[in-house]
Amino acid sequence: MINTMECAVDAQSLISISLRKIHNSRTQRGGIKLHKNLLVSYVLRNARQVYMNEKYAEIYRMQQYEEVMTVCNEIQELNPLDLVEDCEEQTVDCCGSMNESPSLCGALLPVSHQASPVQHIQPTSACSVPIPLQSEEVCKSPDPSFYRSCCAEAYPVSNCDFSPVNSMHCNKTTVLDLDTHVVTTVESGYLHQDCCASLQQCCQDAQSPAKKRKLDFGYYVSEIEEVPDFTPCKRAKFEDSSYACTEPLDTSNISNLISIFGSGFTGLVSRQADLEQALNGQFCSKQALASLGAWTRAIVAF
Amino acid sequence: MAGAGGGGNDVQWCFSQVKGAIDDDVAEADIISTVEFNHSGELLATGDKGGRVVIFQQETENKSQPQCRSEYNVYSTFQSHEPEFDYLKSLEIEEKINKIRWLPQKNAAQFLLSTNDKTIKLWKISERDKRPEGYNLKEEDGRYRDATTITTLRVPVFRPMDLMVEASPRRVFANAHTYHINSISVNSDNETYLSADDLRINLWHQEITDRSFNIVDIKPANMEELTEVITAAEFHPHQCNTFVYSSSKGTIRLCDMRASALCDKHSKLFEEPEDPSNRSFFSEIISSISDVKFSHNGRYMMTRDYLSVKIWDLNMENRPVETYQVHEYLRSKLCSLYENDCIFDKFECCWNGNDSVVMTGSYNNFFRMLDRTQRRDVTLEASRESCKSRQVLKPRRVCAGGKRKKDEISVDSLDFNKKILHTAWHPQDNIIAVATTNNLYIFQEKVN
Repeated sequence: MINTMECAVDAQSLISISLRKIHNSRTQRGGIKLHKNLLVSYVLRNARQVYMNEKYAEIYRMQQYEEVMTVCNEIQELNPLDLVEDCEEQTVDCCGSMNESPSLCGALLPVSHQASPVQHIQPTSACSVPIPLQSEEVCKSPDPSFYRSCCAEAYPVSNCDFSPVNSMHCNKTTVLDLDTHVVTTVESGYLHQDCCASLQQCCQDAQSPAKKRKLDFGYYVSEIEEVPDFTPCKRAKFEDSSYACTEPLDTSNISNLISIFGSGFTGLVSRQADLEQALNGQFCSKQALASLGAWTRAIVAF
Repeated sequence: MAGAGGGGNDVQWCFSQVKGAIDDDVAEADIISTVEFNHSGELLATGDKGGRVVIFQQETENKSQPQCRSEYNVYSTFQSHEPEFDYLKSLEIEEKINKIRWLPQKNAAQFLLSTNDKTIKLWKISERDKRPEGYNLKEEDGRYRDATTITTLRVPVFRPMDLMVEASPRRVFANAHTYHINSISVNSDNETYLSADDLRINLWHQEITDRSFNIVDIKPANMEELTEVITAAEFHPHQCNTFVYSSSKGTIRLCDMRASALCDKHSKLFEEPEDPSNRSFFSEIISSISDVKFSHNGRYMMTRDYLSVKIWDLNMENRPVETYQVHEYLRSKLCSLYENDCIFDKFECCWNGNDSVVMTGSYNNFFRMLDRTQRRDVTLEASRESCKSRQVLKPRRVCAGGKRKKDEISVDSLDFNKKILHTAWHPQDNIIAVATTNNLYIFQEKVN
């Protein structure tokens, strides 16, 4: 008798049922039935494909979420200066309510994860998600190639700040953001997997500067009277207040910190430039949009 | 009982007979595995899992009593195949009769081909109603007489005796198939026939047993690349050079033996694109064709897959001209049917005499009549409850979901152990033979 409730087909149970059928067919009277076993192998293949796709999708979602949350957390760590709150009180137009902050991160998170609790910065690379499958098996799967190349090889912990060099190249780079024309100096490390390079470099760029920023920030916090927030609205507010709050800021360092996030994650070019034009007039909503675009570009690429 | 026009809803079907044991406890050997009328419809042959063939003969109609319909009574029973063991491969070969095909009658005797997984046999079924008597050297009981006691000579004469039907194997066609034979089909040239297994089709001459010609071979060089197998094959009813074979992928290939000796390259490929919205884990299984039958007029062919029956015009390859859903309500149950192996059941189908109605089986001892001309269908049941003589069969309905109406049966109440895989339709009259697990039901058209 058929079950009254036709439950959702579980790929994994189908795989085990199919394997059992193949095994039982060996002892059936009359010999192995080629036709039946061929059909069972098709079910096996279909179930395996669904199972793999589900796993890949889950891994991808986790990857994406962790990367975004990593950077968002780092952004949030930049914020807690009192001047930010003053600026927030003055304007509310740019992004509506405060609940949207960190709207940058929120806007980019996959919808399914928006309700998830915010995770703090992972000590390891966002790409080093536990892979439940054997790497060889993953490699055999025809698609998506992104996952195969990412997951098929062992993940070195990829942040030069957090771990000793592990076949990884760390160097100091002075970069020019082509979107904002801001020159920054970053420490970056990158992995030897090409496909993840840009994403992971984002992680690296996000993480290492975060660490660096933390240190710098701590150093400068007493001197800085207003600090730009990395949410679009706060950045806009900063723009409005930048003229009002003119203090001898260490513009070069602040521009570094901001521009790192403002810069695109690809196509960074190393060049020395005049850092003094960093702040005044430079920080506007365009930069926020540029960074937003950069994030979107990075994510859409995959 | 003449005329086979309109077997669907115009015809009311009545119970006629049921053959087989009444017990619910079914012996595996008694499970019917094939049913076939001969060309005149006078004889009806069944094969079972125990390797036996039972032939029923229609009694001559009693013209004086028009209400009395002719019945089918046992004519001959014989053991066609025995279980064998392939010592080389350490495989047991089942004695189950996969197919029976009658040869057109040439003389007083009847001939049929029966096959199991590996061996085809040609049987001669002949009647003996006279026996010689009056031998000089033998007594009547067969004992030899003492020659010294013989004083006179006489000529033996034939005297009538009780009818005796004898079945004798005339030819054994063996060792030609590596894989399991699924089909045999007699050619219209009355000299040759084909046999098909999972990967190959062989052409035989009816008289020659020590060789056959391989005409189709779809075995790949590397078996790991195997993607489909042959599931059924049949010769065209009139064109002796044409045959078709169906595959597990839902395609049918028509081949012309005049084109080349090896018909790997088809002349026509009949295939309907899969509906992507119906894609599931089991798409490959339910699209596998379990039976293919030419219409009597040779213009169409019918295929049966797990959920539907399709009628194809031989002149149109890209889609069937008609599609009938047999039991669409099972589509949502495929997972359970896969678990209990029912999804692998191979249902057969058949045409009526004038190709206006087709019939196929389903579960719960239901069978379906699909009227092509009126585009109507009816579901009937072969059950012991409707076994009263001349009782008209009531149409059955399956409730797929929602509120079950009176007289409907819900999908979850269907008995999937009671399946009708084999059916046959008399070549001229509205008489059908429907095989349940171990019983053979014969239904006839109601005569007013």
